Amino acid sequence: MSIKTKTVELKKRMQSATQGGGEKAIEKQVKMGKMTARERIVSLLDPNSFHEYDLFVEHAARDFNMDKKHLPGDGVITGTGTISGYPVCIYAQDFTVAGGSLGLMHAKKITKIMDHAMKLKIPIIGINDSGGARIQEGVNSLAGYGEIFYRNTQASGVIPQISVILGPCAGGAVYSPALTDFVFVVDKISKMFITGPEVIKSVLGEEISMEELGGAKVHSEITGNSHFYSESEEECFDQIKKLFTYIPWNNSKKAEAFPKKAPKSKMYNIDKIIPSNPRQPYDVRDVIKSISDDSDFLEIQENFAANMVIGFGRLNGQTVGFVANQPLVLAGVLDVDSSDKAARFIRFCDSFNIPLVTLVDLPGYLPGVDQEHAGVIRHGAKVLYSYSEATVPKITVILRKAYGGGYIAMCSRHLRADFVFAWPTAEIAVMGPEGAANIIFRKEIAEAKNPEETRKRKINEYKRKFANPYVAAANGYVDAVIEPSETRKFVMHALEISSQKDEVAPKKKHGVPPF
Amino acid sequence: MTKKTKNTSNNNSENYISFNIGGDVYETFSNKKYRNRKGYQPVEFDKVRAFMPGTVKKIYVNEGDKVKEGAKLLVLEAMKMNNVLFSPSDGYVKKINAKSDTMVPKDHVLVELDIRE
Repeated sequence: MSIKTKTVELKKRMQSATQGGGEKAIEKQVKMGKMTARERIVSLLDPNSFHEYDLFVEHAARDFNMDKKHLPGDGVITGTGTISGYPVCIYAQDFTVAGGSLGLMHAKKITKIMDHAMKLKIPIIGINDSGGARIQEGVNSLAGYGEIFYRNTQASGVIPQISVILGPCAGGAVYSPALTDFVFVVDKISKMFITGPEVIKSVLGEEISMEELGGAKVHSEITGNSHFYSESEEECFDQIKKLFTYIPWNNSKKAEAFPKKAPKSKMYNIDKIIPSNPRQPYDVRDVIKSISDDSDFLEIQENFAANMVIGFGRLNGQTVGFVANQPLVLAGVLDVDSSDKAARFIRFCDSFNIPLVTLVDLPGYLPGVDQEHAGVIRHGAKVLYSYSEATVPKITVILRKAYGGGYIAMCSRHLRADFVFAWPTAEIAVMGPEGAANIIFRKEIAEAKNPEETRKRKINEYKRKFANPYVAAANGYVDAVIEPSETRKFVMHALEISSQKDEVAPKKKHGVPPF
Repeated sequence: MTKKTKNTSNNNSENYISFNIGGDVYETFSNKKYRNRKGYQPVEFDKVRAFMPGTVKKIYVNEGDKVKEGAKLLVLEAMKMNNVLFSPSDGYVKKINAKSDTMVPKDHVLVELDIRE
């Protein structure tokens, strides 16, 4: 045979393999408002950058007449490519092939590309669209999941791992995304749960739709399992592309620097954001945008625990992770969800050499039986743990309230912030003036001729003496009291001179964080 | 690129709630999860409820019986399991709100006890 005939045969084989589950199945996929697995990869990666491997892998199922079935690519597409020039490993489950179900060879293709990612030290992206385990393959499909979870864990903190949920992702399958760094969901397309509506109905008699149980909105607003929410696959891919500009290839590198750009100070005037009344709220994201390069800020989990704001921005062209209390929602309190949200983000930034900038304005922890019984002690401790553990440069700016345990938790000097700045509006105290005065002067207030007047006087006295940044500054807990308009300058300088920071944690296998 | 939060895009100060933390009152937005939080329910020593929806399979006691803490009261089939429910305290069976082979919803009070000394 000539080379030409052999090439023709190769092309024929490729054509047959790349058509996935065939026309009918693809039509069904499109009807559900979904792209095919191949279309997804192509739209996410740079044009012509995708190189596919293991196209001719055959499934290994022998029981239940499966040996007579041909499953192109065994229901998953794997390969490498680039996103805005950054190299990535990628896999996408193909729902048109046996419902994207995961069998032994399907899993082997995934673990092989994961191993590549680890060896090459580049990020891995997984596009999930699968009915779950391939039941016909029994324990082999469970083994496949286990192998994936193990690799997710080994890769955690070494290379960035991204999960994109573009279809059902149920049962054991959800644990791979849960172990990765960022989970992307799309409205009406993503569905994640451990036990589905059917099981819940048969066991508990509770009826619920897939969307209400584990749709994109649920995971971005209630559970916090997802990090980015969008309304279409295209929007989702844009979000991924944007995220990649902020993160490094792996944990031995820094995120790529961009040209420095001044904030849009007309739109975000830092002197006008904070209301004069300390009990009134403002949007802390405006403060972030008033100091970040080009007023750019990529918020993460914006609809989950909105009392805490986290996300990436740049200062002096370098990526930083912002962590900020949001006075606009629940006065910016720490609670179970906001603690989890912040702690995980802090650990991501620390793993990937991204300096942390913390903006503080919180009255403390959220009171309530529900919070206490949900374990706010354990969850709140995660914030302390992750800040204390982090060795990246840590810069803290106290904007207004920093009371009690909340003050300590939000990257205070005591948890080894490298620099702590405070605005003149800062109130760094053991608790709010009203509460403190009521306790300290309880006897005097009770015994006074006019208790109400005495109470007010004592509150004002406390405010004057303690509701300011100067007591903390007098103790050296605050390095400098700065004007709001100087914030960008001070933080940028602090980051610049911390760029060679090389703090070494005590030798240990790993800590035991309050998971 | 990203959507604004429902709670925060609407910067209408009329929607602020007064939020008391440690005696100081703040103006702020609430959120869905906070509004839907469950209040505390004290432990009941005089009632036995269905912890899940299920079917009552067997009833061991009659109204008026004297029971000790830990005594078997009934069997509730839920999650394909026969779950024995025990008396939470010493006392007398005041009322039984269940029949064998009938379905009960979650939190249904199955047995009421008289636990006065």
